[in-house]
Amino acid sequence: MSNEILLETENLIKTFGTFRAVDGLNLQVHAGEMVGLVGPDGAGKTTAIRLMCGALSPTSGVVRVAGYEVPAQVEKAREQVGYLAQRFGLYGDLSVQENIEFFGEVFDVPVSEVKQRAAELLNFAGLGDFTDRPASALSGGMQKKLGLASALVHRPKVLLLDEPTGGVDPVARQEFWHLLIALLRGGSAVLVSTPYMDEAMRFNRVIFMNHGRVLTQGEPRQLMSRLEGRILELDAGDQMAARQIAEDDPEVEDVHTFGNHLHLRVSSAKGPMERIPMKLKSANIPMEHMLQIPATLEDVFIHLIETEGEEYEQPTPSA
Amino acid sequence: MRRFRALIKKEMIHMLRDPRTLIFIFMMPIMQLLLLGYANNTEIKNVPTVVFNQDNSKASRALLDSFQATDYFSFDYAVYSQAEVYRLIDAGRAKVGIIIPPDYNQNVATRKTADVLVLLDGADPTIASAVMSAAALAGQAHGASVRSQQLALQGPTGSAASPVDVRTNVLYNPDLLGSYNLVPGLIAMILFQTATSLTALAIVKERERGTIEQLIVTPIRSWELIVAKIIPYILVSFANTVLIMAVGTFLFGVPLRGSLVLLFGLVGLYLLPTLGLGLLISTAAKTQQQAQLMTMPIMLPSMMLSGVFFPISSLPLFLQFVSNLLPLTYFIYILRSILVKGVGIELIIPQIVALTVFAIVLLGLAAMRFQKTLD
Ligand SMILES: Nc1ncnc2c1ncn2[C@@H]1O[C@H](COP(=O)(O)OP(=O)(O)OP(=O)(O)O)[C@@H](O)[C@H]1O
Ligand SMILES: [Mg+2]
Repeated sequence: MSNEILLETENLIKTFGTFRAVDGLNLQVHAGEMVGLVGPDGAGKTTAIRLMCGALSPTSGVVRVAGYEVPAQVEKAREQVGYLAQRFGLYGDLSVQENIEFFGEVFDVPVSEVKQRAAELLNFAGLGDFTDRPASALSGGMQKKLGLASALVHRPKVLLLDEPTGGVDPVARQEFWHLLIALLRGGSAVLVSTPYMDEAMRFNRVIFMNHGRVLTQGEPRQLMSRLEGRILELDAGDQMAARQIAEDDPEVEDVHTFGNHLHLRVSSAKGPMERIPMKLKSANIPMEHMLQIPATLEDVFIHLIETEGEEYEQPTPSA
Repeated sequence: MRRFRALIKKEMIHMLRDPRTLIFIFMMPIMQLLLLGYANNTEIKNVPTVVFNQDNSKASRALLDSFQATDYFSFDYAVYSQAEVYRLIDAGRAKVGIIIPPDYNQNVATRKTADVLVLLDGADPTIASAVMSAAALAGQAHGASVRSQQLALQGPTGSAASPVDVRTNVLYNPDLLGSYNLVPGLIAMILFQTATSLTALAIVKERERGTIEQLIVTPIRSWELIVAKIIPYILVSFANTVLIMAVGTFLFGVPLRGSLVLLFGLVGLYLLPTLGLGLLISTAAKTQQQAQLMTMPIMLPSMMLSGVFFPISSLPLFLQFVSNLLPLTYFIYILRSILVKGVGIELIIPQIVALTVFAIVLLGLAAMRFQKTLD
């Protein structure tokens, strides 16, 4: 991984009326790095990405894309960016082939290359058999793949993907990630927003954001290790009652339901591990098991949102 | 240039793959023309006519005979004062009044030009315009035969001018808005509709469907986007103009008197402010429905006040002022002048200047407001 910074924002601010959707965002993405931008609905992910590709103009602050400043050199910057919008934004009345060729042509891909590049990308994306189909007649997953192929047709240095797997079934999501990784082959800086925590594990680095700011960032494993030993899994017969008991424990900070389990976040594990089984027993609630489990990114995420990142120092990006 | 070509290609595909809109664009004017044209096109014969013959000579009776031979006139009333002529026309009992001056015979005999006044009730423009040309033709034909007889009998002396000059004077509706004027009016209206609302819609559609987002992050320049958007509608507008003129001419015999080159040049000029308006609307509207609604406050006054349906001179003073602020007013004037009267460019310079000013202002405003961002 080279250390060249291809994408950078500096004190980026965007207000809509009096509301700050992006509130002093600072982040960097290096060449060859795939970074996840994770945050709840309304965190400002889409707004941030739109500012980076010049679809919105910032209220203040700058974006630097492959050495060009946005908004000052936005036209130059745009040539270096591939962007896949959260909402499907290709032309439904144009065929698959026409869509990708259109984007190839407006990005000035050499005439001799456009067709070949389009065919290559479409075949790779499994769309080779559908080149004549109108884009509106593709499934959601295929549309996302076509969007990705169109965003990559000009070999951008910076790739911005806004929830590229949103609203797509799990199999299609898997396929999408394989496709993305296969098509990248290093060199580009990639920033992907996603609401799916399981996907966040795929990134070199995850940036958590909420209320338009970065809460924390780091490699997934490193982030998870911060909650080492502080997540307990509890499986009991009467989940409602068990939850009440867990919430009453002084060292339990938070309780969440994961399927038929409860996840407890604790300030330390020892006390609750002793007290809660006893209380369950005296309340006559059968307990299947209670054990320490490794934290997931989702645990980290929930913790971050609830504490607004207080417990986390603002670390420098780990490149 | 390649970017621009790609954009044009895309816009043409959008247009051609939406056949319903395309059919609508071409069918609407034809339907309107057929409806209004046939509704107006009743056969004109035996129009009730009042005659005030102050000369009452053989020569003047010969003139009246040649009027009657056209079948357009039915001499229902003979009166003895100008006031009575007006009274009968006012009352609607006669639609045409023919006034022959006392010196008619003398003027013809001495090879001077004799004036004949034909008064027309313009309230029915179809009748009035048909009668107007019938009277002029009858007068000319009669004059020519009188002159050739004189030449044969007396040899070439005196003036060569036509001995009979038929002056027509239209009462109530001097612009004679009617079937002859329908085609220019329709051309102007259709151009206004296609250019303004379709351009606005074409851009707003991209916004509504979310495709604008992928489009603005490409290196396409704003002007490329704007020009590429409007070119298909310029083509459609020209095609429509040809179609309306063809139908108007072949089915309803609408005259095509002036220069077609001049006509199409000025259609092009008129499209500029009109497209500018469409672009301006597109910068303000968020949905196609909004865009459509926003064209209304401009479309309606344009139809009502530009002289398409009502003569401008019949409007209250304030509305006459408003009509001066509408590009359509100038364009209608230009179209009528060229198509119906066959005038050349020298007589419509002020209107051309006005349209140019509108074009600069509206396109300038649109270019200023049109930004390649989502906010
Ligand atoms: N054009 C706009 N005008 C006004 N407010 C806006 C606009 N765009 C976004 N917002 C607001 O800014 C905030 C951030 O929105 P944004 O779409 O960036 O969030 P997000 O993180 O992408 O959310 P999601 O996961 O739902 O896509 C939201 O509260 C949203 O309502
Ligand atoms: Mg979003």
